[in-house]
Amino acid sequence: MEYLLIIIGTVWVNNIVLSQFLGLCPFMGVSRKLETAMSMGLATTFVLTLSSISSYLLNEYLLQPLNLEYLRTLSFILVIAAIVGFTEMAIRKSSPILYNVLGIYLPLITTNCAVLGVALLNVQDSHSFIESALYGMGSAAGFTLALVLFASLRERVDVADVPSIFKGNAIALITASLMALAFMGFSGLVKT
Amino acid sequence: MLSAILVITGIAIFFGLLLGYAAIRFKVEGEPITDELDAALPQTQCGQCTYAGCRPYAEAMAAGEADINQCPPGGEATIQQLADILGVEAKPLSEEHSENANEELMVAKIIEEDCIGCTLCIRACPVDAIVGASKQMHTVIESECTGCDLCLPPCPVDCIEMIPANRGVDKWQWPEPLSIPVVVEKLI
Repeated sequence: MEYLLIIIGTVWVNNIVLSQFLGLCPFMGVSRKLETAMSMGLATTFVLTLSSISSYLLNEYLLQPLNLEYLRTLSFILVIAAIVGFTEMAIRKSSPILYNVLGIYLPLITTNCAVLGVALLNVQDSHSFIESALYGMGSAAGFTLALVLFASLRERVDVADVPSIFKGNAIALITASLMALAFMGFSGLVKT
Repeated sequence: MLSAILVITGIAIFFGLLLGYAAIRFKVEGEPITDELDAALPQTQCGQCTYAGCRPYAEAMAAGEADINQCPPGGEATIQQLADILGVEAKPLSEEHSENANEELMVAKIIEEDCIGCTLCIRACPVDAIVGASKQMHTVIESECTGCDLCLPPCPVDCIEMIPANRGVDKWQWPEPLSIPVVVEKLI
């Protein structure tokens, strides 16, 4: 039950993009087309889950016993970059199709602040191993959900008759803020 | 202080080794045959082979999905090269991909008094053989044109026509003799 609450909490209530405002650059950058948004969501899910697990292990078994908590950000970035690099190579070898689908988005995840954000939030909330993994996966699912919804909205807004002042990124930002408002409706669903 | 340096160095070395190992372990042999085939193709990206460009066609050939005789801009010479690379016998350009390739080489010509300067054909041209600017007359650089026909569909006023290429007297060739299939009898 507690694990279910973590998933629901991260996907809807504390959505990583729409209520914590992390990972906004891919949210704005790769949401022009639904397909790319899905690829990005998929790649992020993969990396975010892996990185929250490994950053938990790193923090729990290396940094905390040595009283080196202040090295967290630095070492987490190192871990994330290494995982992204490793994942890219492994996927390229094992599944060229998936590699083609994810394409350029995989390396871009290294600079996605949501990934580092989730790793740090895990430590801050002192999650256990499974909780960390679920938190990472849920956040990534929330990210994917927000990205896919936003991309679908944007595809429609692109063909809508928008006043010329609001055309392009302006209306996209307004759409994003309206989505964030809508997602606030979920707060109170779960207390996390 | 020292432990911090050691830990960060340790992590960095660990991941460095991991990535180094992964680079060797997951090395993708970049399918050299595809690269070779791709290099042999004319890179006009015209799509007359029914693939999206030269690279996809090369991949399809490497995978054995496509025949070697589907590239009209390359003509006989390219087919010969592809046949050498793949170790198969060269064959004439396939009928369905040839259209006008069996005849003379064609080039596009813009009927200049009809051109409205929309730049659509410039964008369509895979080899940048059309010059012009918005609301200015466009024209085709004949020596660059590969005769791929891609500029015909986008033209809103149908002012592009295909004419036989005038390659000058030094480029003129005798019509090639019909190819006679050679049958090699098996000796064993």
